[in-house]
Amino acid sequence: MRGSVTTRSFAKGRRSFRLGEAAVISGLRCATYVILLAAGCIFVDIVRKGAPVVLMAKPPFVHMEFLTQAPQTLHVFRDEAGVERRMGELDFREYRSRVGRDVASARSYPYAGGGILPCIVGTVLLTAGSIAMAMALGMLCAIYLSEYGGSGAFIRAVRLAILNLAGVPSIVFGLFGFALFVLFFGWDVSLLAGWCTLAAMVLPVIITACEESLRAVPKTFREGALALGATRWQAIWTNVLPHALPGMLTSSILGIARVAGETAPIMFTAAFVMRDNLPWQGLRHAGDFFFQGVMALPYHIYYLSSKVPANEYTRDARYGTVLVFLVLVLAMALGSILLRARIRRSHRW
Amino acid sequence: MEKDATGVQGPGGGDAGGDPIISVRGLDFFYGPLQVLSDISLEIPRNLVTALIGPSGCGKSTLLRCFNRMNDFNGDARLARGSIRVGGVDINGPDVDPIELRRRVGMVFQKSNPFPKSIYENVAYGLRIGGVRRKSALDEAVERSLRNAALWDEVKDRLGDSALALSGGQQQRMCIARAIAVEPDIILMDEPCSGLDPQATMRIEELIQELKEQFTIVIVTHNMQQASRCSDLTAFLHLGRLVEFAETMRIFTNPSEKRTEDYITGRFG
Ligand SMILES: Nc1ncnc2c1ncn2[C@@H]1O[C@H](COP(=O)(O)OP(=O)(O)O)[C@@H](O)[C@H]1O
Ligand SMILES: [Mg+2]
Repeated sequence: MRGSVTTRSFAKGRRSFRLGEAAVISGLRCATYVILLAAGCIFVDIVRKGAPVVLMAKPPFVHMEFLTQAPQTLHVFRDEAGVERRMGELDFREYRSRVGRDVASARSYPYAGGGILPCIVGTVLLTAGSIAMAMALGMLCAIYLSEYGGSGAFIRAVRLAILNLAGVPSIVFGLFGFALFVLFFGWDVSLLAGWCTLAAMVLPVIITACEESLRAVPKTFREGALALGATRWQAIWTNVLPHALPGMLTSSILGIARVAGETAPIMFTAAFVMRDNLPWQGLRHAGDFFFQGVMALPYHIYYLSSKVPANEYTRDARYGTVLVFLVLVLAMALGSILLRARIRRSHRW
Repeated sequence: MEKDATGVQGPGGGDAGGDPIISVRGLDFFYGPLQVLSDISLEIPRNLVTALIGPSGCGKSTLLRCFNRMNDFNGDARLARGSIRVGGVDINGPDVDPIELRRRVGMVFQKSNPFPKSIYENVAYGLRIGGVRRKSALDEAVERSLRNAALWDEVKDRLGDSALALSGGQQQRMCIARAIAVEPDIILMDEPCSGLDPQATMRIEELIQELKEQFTIVIVTHNMQQASRCSDLTAFLHLGRLVEFAETMRIFTNPSEKRTEDYITGRFG
């Protein structure tokens, strides 16, 4: 009797049931493959179209002028030997003065030549500045909320505000920044206005993540310090923050990708279509640094894709820019991952 | 005589400890709407070990945390009535600095909580946040505290190692060393042996005996053998009330309350 019960309970389940199980698993797996496929397609497409623009087969393997020059008008023409040549505006002018006559066959394509150095510099500056701003403010706010805040009406209102802020579309931040920083404060289209706008945009992400990493620090660290006669701030500073910092830096990684990638918030507040000087060139006072507009990668891509006549040359420039952009964001994220690993090594628990 | 007048329960008739270091009168304590302690009155004498026993949830930890105002950090916690005096001073009075109080009344927690720092930095922590900077003073205090906590010989060659590398029993003794480094008068221990094996438990119990020369110790335990082995006085709490407070001997051999007897003979709890 007993034996039969055991046998039955270990017998293989009904066929239909097993089929259902298999279907569920393969459904889940398919969903995962779709994601993988989508990510793979995007990546492969960008690399395939962008790599020829940025990289080359012979040393130094990178088209240096693409990384070291400003965007220029591209001139395509045939020289005396009948070979097709491509030249940026500057080279073309020099070439023309050298041959001493107009080049009849030349066609010109705005923004398709030169490089994207000012955009790289601008994006790095915008990202670094706004992340620094948002981290500073976000950490302080998170510390207040999670360590001192309690659960009163004021704190609930603050949390609601943060939640709302997180749901605001980025174009709205752009308009808000334009109205407040650019017009009302009179900062014009400037780095500072861009920083503030981008910082406002990522603040909710950063506050939430900082709060989570503060909460992940065991309560016993706080209590232990307090029981030894630490003030609350001493307990936080010496025994909570060091352990929450790696998590907070993780949040900055999320922020970096977001800030570097957004076009809408900067297009009214910080981005120039074209600017000849790099941000540190031609400043009259050091303070002017903060009040200048910059070029930026996402805005440049947007501009190349929709504001100039589409042709194979702008297409190349666009994909080259996209590839550089992708690599840059990955590099910045990698930077903060390494920083986090370093901090984590010295503060493990 | 004052005791009789106010109905404060002194241990075993009242002449055990002389001048009490902690004196609690008519204490009512709430977490939000939940009353956790009702009308607790007791006097804890100097340089003895006092054990708080009682079934889980009866309020032992809460009472202990009242003595160094660790409940301040809980927004729901509310001391509704009564007073607690430490060394004659009402610790909830307006000009008491809770920071200073916690330096006089140290605490060792149920789960040993070494900070993820070196052994040295753990023990020196209380002094550092108290503003001691001089290396020689810190060195001296760390060594003295670790010797007092019977840990020095085991760790003297690896003070720079992470405290997390110590065994459970060593961690707890290090936490005791950390507490005594700031030279408190009283050490509160909340089930200090609850996670430890019998051997480590025994070492801590021996340590408690040595420490009572210098400190007043209040220890929460739900281990009756532990209370009988290492305490001089025992208070039995049940459902937030102090049922009986007397010499440990008397509690365990001849309790005057039926509930105490039922509890220590294991009929409930
Ligand atoms: N932070 C808190 N908030 C609300 N209730 C609590 C809190 N801590 C403890 N309690 C409640 O107070 C009672 C006494 O708890 P505690 O003092 O920890 O008991 P013991 O240490 O004797 O087991 C329990 O019923 C417990 O649920
Ligand atoms: Mg407890």
